[in-house]
Amino acid sequence: MSASISHASSSATPGTPLMQIDALSVDFDTASGPIHALRHISLSVMPGRILGLVGESGCGKSSLAYSLIGLLDTNARICGGAIRFGEQDLAGLSESHWQALRGRRIAMIFQDPMTSLNPVRTIGQQLIDIQYRDRTSRVQKRSRALEFLEQVRIPDPASRLDSYPHELSGGMRQRVCIAMALLTRPELLIADEPTTALDATLEVQVIHLLRELQQKHGCSVVFVSHHLGTVAELCDDVAVMYAGEVVETGSVETVFRTPAHPYTQALLACDPASIREATRVLPTIPGELPDLRQVPQGCIFQARCPQVFDRCRQRSPDIYPVQGEQVARCFRVASEEPSP
Amino acid sequence: MTSTTTAPFMPPPSWLSRFLRGLRGERTGMLGFVLVTLIVLAAIFAPWLSPYDPTAIMTGPPLAPPSSAHWLGTDNLGRDLFSRVLAGGRVAMLVAAAALSAALTLGVALGLLAGLGPRWLDNLLLLIFDAIRSFPVIVFGLAVVTLVGPSLFTVVLVVAITSVPIYARIIRTQAQSLRSAEFVLAERAMGASLPRLLGIHVLPNVLGPLLILASMDVPLVIATEAGLSFLGMGVRPPTPSWGVILNDGYNFIRNSPWPVVAGSVPIVLVTLGFTFLGEALRDIFDPRLQKAN
Amino acid sequence: MSLLDVEHLRIDYRRYGVLRALFKREASRFSAVADVSFSLDAGRTLGIVGESGSGKSSVARSLIGLQAARGSIRYDGREIVRAGRREWKRLRRDIAMMWQDPIGSLSPRLSVASLITEPLRIQGRPGGRDEADRLLKMVGLPRALGARYAHQLSGGQARRVGVARALALDPKLLICDEPTAGLDMSVQGEILNLLNDIQQRTQVAIVIITHNLNLVRHITDEVAVMYLGRFVEQGATQAIFEHPRHPYTEALLSANPSPDPDARHGRIELSGEMPSPVRRPSGCEFHGRCPYARDDCAVIVPDWTHEPERAHACRYPLSS
Repeated sequence: MSASISHASSSATPGTPLMQIDALSVDFDTASGPIHALRHISLSVMPGRILGLVGESGCGKSSLAYSLIGLLDTNARICGGAIRFGEQDLAGLSESHWQALRGRRIAMIFQDPMTSLNPVRTIGQQLIDIQYRDRTSRVQKRSRALEFLEQVRIPDPASRLDSYPHELSGGMRQRVCIAMALLTRPELLIADEPTTALDATLEVQVIHLLRELQQKHGCSVVFVSHHLGTVAELCDDVAVMYAGEVVETGSVETVFRTPAHPYTQALLACDPASIREATRVLPTIPGELPDLRQVPQGCIFQARCPQVFDRCRQRSPDIYPVQGEQVARCFRVASEEPSP
Repeated sequence: MTSTTTAPFMPPPSWLSRFLRGLRGERTGMLGFVLVTLIVLAAIFAPWLSPYDPTAIMTGPPLAPPSSAHWLGTDNLGRDLFSRVLAGGRVAMLVAAAALSAALTLGVALGLLAGLGPRWLDNLLLLIFDAIRSFPVIVFGLAVVTLVGPSLFTVVLVVAITSVPIYARIIRTQAQSLRSAEFVLAERAMGASLPRLLGIHVLPNVLGPLLILASMDVPLVIATEAGLSFLGMGVRPPTPSWGVILNDGYNFIRNSPWPVVAGSVPIVLVTLGFTFLGEALRDIFDPRLQKAN
Repeated sequence: MSLLDVEHLRIDYRRYGVLRALFKREASRFSAVADVSFSLDAGRTLGIVGESGSGKSSVARSLIGLQAARGSIRYDGREIVRAGRREWKRLRRDIAMMWQDPIGSLSPRLSVASLITEPLRIQGRPGGRDEADRLLKMVGLPRALGARYAHQLSGGQARRVGVARALALDPKLLICDEPTAGLDMSVQGEILNLLNDIQQRTQVAIVIITHNLNLVRHITDEVAVMYLGRFVEQGATQAIFEHPRHPYTEALLSANPSPDPDARHGRIELSGEMPSPVRRPSGCEFHGRCPYARDDCAVIVPDWTHEPERAHACRYPLSS
């Protein structure tokens, strides 16, 4: 937990979540019918902690991240549940209320830094623009921008203020985006795969930077990624998603050391980094994602689960406790006897 | 290790079925399609649809208003306007077809050369294109007429030459971006020859947008032809063209508005029809919009 | 004699025209690949590992005849670095490439069946439905997929189509550029297992270009680590992974974390970013980022140190 007292953690006492997502469901309307992209998502984002959202393509982690900042596509509909943030329910919030939140209490960094920066304005101008709500002078805003560029360890920050985004490398642009996001001292920072487009050695730098800044500012972070190793390194808690549902949550230690849900287990087994013995034949999870236009009855993972039995096909499992804070959506966790 | 697919089998994209499906959703496109079909059919069947010989004079009283005998009335020489409009439609379609085919062929060839060839050739061609485009079309037409003499051929020539740079530039940009496209590299890595690359892999991907643009240029071509003919630089009488009808009617506008109407309304209809159709085509076949499913 | 022998490969790109270079008083060319040597036998797999800017893609393209290069590339004993179009037509029966972008590398207007039989037709051999079915079966795709188009395929399916196309002429050397980029981890294994299976059966030699060290450890016999256009360490995969000698190899290894929460210690953070090949650092080109750099590293270019089955280019290598 953060030792510094900052504006970020003042609105929530430790123990109560900063943001509570209750049974959130989101549909996407398409020409061939609605896609049930997110179904009954329940998560807690605790103050001052980093929550990792992990899953493969089609699991809905990016959609979930976007719904927390109100940036879902126009064909998306929140059809159930709530996102409690302080006094407000963000599901169904009006655009003007969102404007008051974004860039002030909730900030976001994206996967591709090139498209999140305006190519025709200098870095300095953009860092100053972000502070438009503050009634400080331009000089003060500029010095604040400089201070944050130093915090994200941009070399020669004073001259960088006058650079354009295309003059910086990918790694540096991402740092600038981080600076822009933290400049307004948000309570929650959402990061959508910020290191996926970066090389491994640059990823290390950005991850360490995020850790350091998060501890310094005390904000919460929701970190979306498909790199299990990165999530294990950076995050405190993790939520594993599959095909629009959260199948397991818990602290990073418990989930990665003793995964309870068969999908988590299989996913960890497939990560080549976790395989100790060199092997020429790699494990896979055979099968394909279910069609989310017609969600099958029963457990969402039934078609590919190596431990499936009859009950899994008939009813959807609830969320059952595993140990401590760790929970999983699986009948194997609920009952002791594995008989069909 | 067999990968079983659960998604339903989708038939390969067929232009016609996509086009018809998409058209149902666009009302202006539907209107455009109907108009264009009517105009083209009228042009093709003009000789059979005309009640009178379009060049025959004194088929009725001159400058008469529309009647059951003359659906659009008559012009100053007593020629049936409806028959003349139909014949003019033929001329217009002919000019459009000839000029645009010539422009497209030459434009695609030069565009490919510029986009895929050496840098110096690209620069040279761009210079030529810009030189041509710096002339207003009518001025260019005047110059050509003095050299070649006024005729239908002159009109086709002028329109074709002034359209080439536009099409060539579009093809050039497309070709340039395709040059480094990964599938083109893959084909080259497999040893595909240049004709193969162009014919199978490059052209089908660049021609689509171009054809749509060309269809939207039809009204422009026809208006240019009408303009040149109006100025006396195009078709010689007695061949009717909408421009000629307009010119004749303009002199007698105080006596009867009908010749002017007969000359201008078809131009308006053609413009609307092809523009609506072209825009609908573009929307239907825009690859970015396809992916949103 | 190895199937593929590359010696002192060098690939230059032009940066400025001659006049402009004179005006700016800078070199008109720069080396994306400065000096690369390796050899590969039939039935073996070599991994070339590097980050963006290392030049690994340029190496791949030179092996398939799309990139002019200097130095020596000997295939089956024949020097091919300056081979002309006719010779490459023959070579392309033996050397095939799989591309990084699974869908972008497939021509958008051809059906899958046409795509995978394209190499056959280019070589003047029959490439009809029968051949297409055979190839689809070889990569485990259903026959019905032959009628689909590239944009209708999933990433995994498109990858398999790429494999099928690469194998159409039964090549002896296969070059794979990032074969698992964009694939989920749970399906990465499918493609790699398929390649392994085919290698067992046909003894095809495979070069894998990637930045993913974790994969390389499992699926390659030999690995070469590339930095700024040069190899800094190369040799038997197991040996290099267990005991890396070059500091960059060590940094790359530690930069690919395993999801084991206990193994989080010792992540090496390199300072700065890879310099541009336009302005190459002096001495050992890694000295600016090396956590163990000493004074002479900036001045003296390190020689290769050879050990059994491996080699590295560092004056102060890491000890076992």
